Order: sequence, then C-alpha cells, then structure tokens
Amino acid sequence: MNIHEYQGKEVLRQYGVIVPTGYVAFTVDEAVAAAEKLGTKICVVKAQIHAGGRGKAGGVKVAKSIDEVRKYASEILGKVLVTHQTGPEGKEVKRLLIEQGCDIKKEYYVGVVVDRGTGRVVMMASEEGGTEIEEVAEHSPEKIFKEVIDPAIGLQAFQARKLAYAINIPSELVNKAVKFMIALYTAFVEKDCSIAEINPLVVTGDGEVMALDAKLNFDSNALYRRKDIVALRDLEEENEKEIQASKFDLSYIALDGNIGCMVNGAGLAMATMDIIKYYGGEPANFLDVGGGATTEKVTEAFKIILSDKAVKGIFVNIFGGIMKCDVIANGVVEAAKQVGLDRPLVVRLEGTNVEKGKDILNNSGLQIVAAGSMADGAQKIVNLVKGV
Amino acid sequence: MSILVNKDTKVITQGITGATGLFHTKGCLSYGTQMVGGVTPGKGGTIIEIELENGEKATQPVFNTVVEAKAATGCNASVIYVPPAFAADAIMEAVDAELDLVICITEGIPVLDMIKVSRYMEGKTTRLIGPNCPGVITPGECKIGIMPGYIHKKGHVGVVSRSGTLTYEAVHQLSTRGIGQSSAVGIGGDPVKGSEFIDILRLFNDDPDTFAVIMIGEIGGTAEEEAAEWVAANMKKPVIGFIGGQTAPPGKRMGHAGAIISGGKGTAAEKVSTMERCGIRVAPTPSEMGSTLVDVLEERGLLKSCQTAL
Repeated sequence: MNIHEYQGKEVLRQYGVIVPTGYVAFTVDEAVAAAEKLGTKICVVKAQIHAGGRGKAGGVKVAKSIDEVRKYASEILGKVLVTHQTGPEGKEVKRLLIEQGCDIKKEYYVGVVVDRGTGRVVMMASEEGGTEIEEVAEHSPEKIFKEVIDPAIGLQAFQARKLAYAINIPSELVNKAVKFMIALYTAFVEKDCSIAEINPLVVTGDGEVMALDAKLNFDSNALYRRKDIVALRDLEEENEKEIQASKFDLSYIALDGNIGCMVNGAGLAMATMDIIKYYGGEPANFLDVGGGATTEKVTEAFKIILSDKAVKGIFVNIFGGIMKCDVIANGVVEAAKQVGLDRPLVVRLEGTNVEKGKDILNNSGLQIVAAGSMADGAQKIVNLVKGV
Repeated sequence: MSILVNKDTKVITQGITGATGLFHTKGCLSYGTQMVGGVTPGKGGTIIEIELENGEKATQPVFNTVVEAKAATGCNASVIYVPPAFAADAIMEAVDAELDLVICITEGIPVLDMIKVSRYMEGKTTRLIGPNCPGVITPGECKIGIMPGYIHKKGHVGVVSRSGTLTYEAVHQLSTRGIGQSSAVGIGGDPVKGSEFIDILRLFNDDPDTFAVIMIGEIGGTAEEEAAEWVAANMKKPVIGFIGGQTAPPGKRMGHAGAIISGGKGTAAEKVSTMERCGIRVAPTPSEMGSTLVDVLEERGLLKSCQTAL
C-alpha cells in the first residue's frame, strides 16, 4: 500500500526523523493559509500523488511570496501530471504539500528495502541524491553502499556510520546522519514497510540532516496489525475496479488491452496474460479468483471485467484442483445469466470433474466457446475479439 | 527414490482443527500419506475422526505442541495451515522441535515475520518449503499439501515451481504425455522463503531416479537467474523452464507478494535470456511446457525411460 509524501513524513517524524515543517492543502485558499502559517521566506508547493517524477512533470514549484504560492497552487491543483510512474493517462492532483523551503548544501540518497537474496532488510545509501536510484544502480553501482541488517539486533550505529562516511556526509554531521538512519530503520520495522526511500536526504546550511522527500510503501500482508497506516489509504489514488475486486478478495490489476481474463492462481493468471499476448491479443486485466472461488466471487469477477468498456471478449482459464470444475462452471453460468453476457466468452476447463463442468456449460444455453487447452482458448478469444 | 518426501515420511498438521487444515488432512490421508496427527494449542488430548474419500474412517490425535506431537507419533515432517498472523510462530515451533521438513502452505505472512524466521533457522537442520506454496508430492507415495493428487503419475521428471496452478498445469501436460514425475515441489510465491530453486535443483541432481527437471519461475527477484548459473555449473541432467509474467507491467504486484518488477530488476526477458544462455530450454508459452520437455528428452535419448505412465 502507498501513502502520500506528507503522510510519510508525518510517520517518520514520530520516530525522530527530521523533516521540513509543512501542511497539506486541498484548496488554493488552504495552500495560502498554510504558507502564511509557515511564515518562511520561501515555500515549496508540492503535488501529492502516488507516483514519483513529480518535479520533472511540473508538480513541484518553489514560491518566493504568498502571491506565488497562490499562483502555483492554482496551477498545480487539478492538473493531470504525467510522469514515468503514472502511465500515459497521468494522475490528477487533488492535494498539495506546502512546505518550508530549506537551504540545501548537498543531496544524498538513503533507502531501506527487503532483500530477497539475503532474506534481510538492507539499508542502501548513495552520494548521488536527487536522481533516480535505478539510474545510479545501472551506470555507477559502485556509488551505492549497502548494509545488511540482522533482524535480531536491528541496525547498529557502526553500520550507519559506515554508510555515512562512505557517502561523504560532512564529518561534523555524521552523528546526526546515524541518528537519522536508525530512526528510519525503526520506522520501517515498526510500521511494516516494504520500501522506505528518502530521495533526497539533504544536509542544510544550518547543519541539519533532513528528509526532503519520503516514499513509504507498506507490506499489504501486514496491514491487519497496522490500523493507523490503513487509515492513511487514499482510495482516489487507486483504480476503482481494483478497489471493488479487493472487497471480494479477488486479486485484480487493470491493464490496457481488450481481452478480459479470469483465472485461478496468480502464476496461471500471469501465464494466461502472456499466452494471449503471444497469439496477438492484449489482456485487459490480471485477475486471480483464488483457490476457493465461490459462485459469488466468480459473479463479482465477471461484473468487474464486464464493467470495463474496453473489454471486447472474455477468456476464463481454470485448472480445477481443489476447486472442482463443475462448481466453477456453475459460477460462470450463474454470473453470465445475472450480468447479461453481451460479449464473446471462451472457457477452458481442466482438472477435477472436468467432464461435469463441460456438460454444465454446454447445456446452459449460453454462447460459450469451449477450448481444449490454454493455447486453443487464447487463439479462439483473440480471433473472436478481432472478428476473424 | 524421490526427493524430500516418500512412503516413510510421517506428517503432522499444524492447524489441524481449522477448516483448511482438516480438509487437506483428509485429502492427504485419502492419497495414502502417513498423516500421524496434528497440533492445535488448546485442543491437545482430543481425537479427530475423519471420513476419507473412499468412505473409510481414520483418526488423528491432536497435541498442544509440536514437541509433544513428535514424541508421541515419531513424525519427521509437518505441514502448516495456520492463519498468516500465527504462521511464522508455527514454523519456528516446528524448527525448534527439530523436524526434518516443514511445509508452510499459509499465504499472506508479513515479510518481516519471514525475515525473522529465516534468521531463526540459521544453523538449524530443518528444511522449510514455502510459505505460500501448494506443497510437495512424490506420486504414489506421499502428498503433503493442497495439490490435486490424481493428476500426478509416478516417474522420473522433477518439477519445481514458484506457482501452484502453473505446477498443476505442467504436471498435467506431462502426465497426459505418459511422462511421470519423481517429485513435484512448490517453493512458493513470497519474496523471503525457506527453499529456493537452487536448493531443490541440487536435490534433484543427486536423486538417481530423477532424469530431467522442469523449473517454473515468474517475474520478480533474481532467483531464476542464480539458479540458471548454478545449473550451467553443476547440473548433470537436462532442465527446461518457463517464466510467467512476460507481459506484466513494472511496479504492479501480480497476485504473489514476490511477483513484482521493481527497480528494473526481475523482468521475464532478463530471466529467459539468462536461462537460455545457461543451457535451459525455455517454453515459449505455458501450453508448451510439456512438449518442450518431450523435445529435449527425445534429443537426449531419455524419452523412452521417462515414459513411465503411458
């Protein structure tokens, strides 16, 4: 789960990470009031969307007067920002962060991630702050320093010191940087983050070590024990169909194509998208109905797929293991009747009780095209959608 | 021969009194697995009666702790179905009891819990499979987990996979071609897990009854690349592969917690090219996992000896 920058900074502040003073604003008037409350000569007006690359897209402006705050706030609020992380359709800005400007001496990068290779949390730091860390990793990996953290004892001061010296934090500020890093790691663990990225971390003219930006992602498997984090969820930043699907415990991801997919199992669902593409089609979604799909879940899944106007046909690909094919077939028939199936439907069933399942589909009176294998089904739906 | 489990494996179920635990204990008993009891704290001392798929009745004693269960039953393996909030604790309890094998089916364990588990297991002898996996099966001998037993046939091809249903798909494609399996292992879809591809490939490499291996990976992480390099350096048997998620967009979690392309790492294209460079033939589509293996077996003169289920 993602949260906004201003929320991330609020979370970090609770752990003693130094962040600039700032206030969230939903309107231009609120932005002006926030700037007046800050009372600093320079304010930064920052678009709050769940995507990086806001600066390049014109979502971050430095204002030198209240008039400029008003001007920039009205420009940015309601604007659709297109960044490398939003996709071509972009994201509309509905919230701003109005923040005190600060005297930046130098920018650095600090990130905390889960490292699969070691099965540990790793803190990374680099002197190349402000730019995308992926680019640094690709072009000059020697400039990224890493410390693997033992979960039994947490990040130790000597590890933070090693990182701080490695990235050339000014000697007199190393202790502050160490404090910063330990606070960041504590926040990561206590809030069940999956990523915590500070880019840039800055050293200021008055000798502070500060998080100028904060990107926190949370482990969705751990949200059950982080109610305070769940309260920060901004549904407007998420895809409507994905929210609807999550209510029914369906794993759904919207994509750009026109062939709706309904599959059991994440691996098979990914593979189904792949095979549609292989035969020249474009999948409209990833949808895993899970191992314990019921008629109700299958019906909801159908409704979500059909509510996508771009969908020109549906491919149901089920390998019934514990889930029996006749149960799935009944669900498909029930759903198709309830929602009024108006687009081509190809169904591939395999596994437990497959013959029963096929009989149910054949006798349903619905226009259902049966497929003998994944490849057969994928080719059939691609042809139907293309009108071949 | 086989890997990890066989007809002598004695298994307890952690979370046996829950709906999922009970359902799959019944399935495994019906398959013929030596299920010898279960653990649910607070329910120790009770006996569960289970009606098998063939109508026969079986009983399973319930214990409060894994240590007690081991002392009473002589079990050497455990399978875990407890809810995600308690699953890490259940794994560590089984490790503490020094079982040889722990298979965790539970999906949705917080990753920081698994990091603690992985630290706890350092220096211990227990092998963990999963979490978030379908389990392990040696056809005709022992099924531990949630996979449909009947699609498997006894034979000489090893299967290792990060995905459950895709494993069934591969096994089905093999069985319908008359090619049996030595063992099929689901290692699970989480980013931090007990066993990786290399661990399982090493076991298949040393198993005289395994003649070839199918390795099914997906986007996210670099475990497939590392396994491919290991295969090039060590593997004496042909390996064929498949990678799911070739069309998945970056930054989106594709169902499995581990299936996400992040920071330009973990793309399917990178995995496929490394695997091919390391001598692993990769099936172009999930429909061709079986046929790709048949081609390779034929080229190596192994097809006949692998057709154990014709």
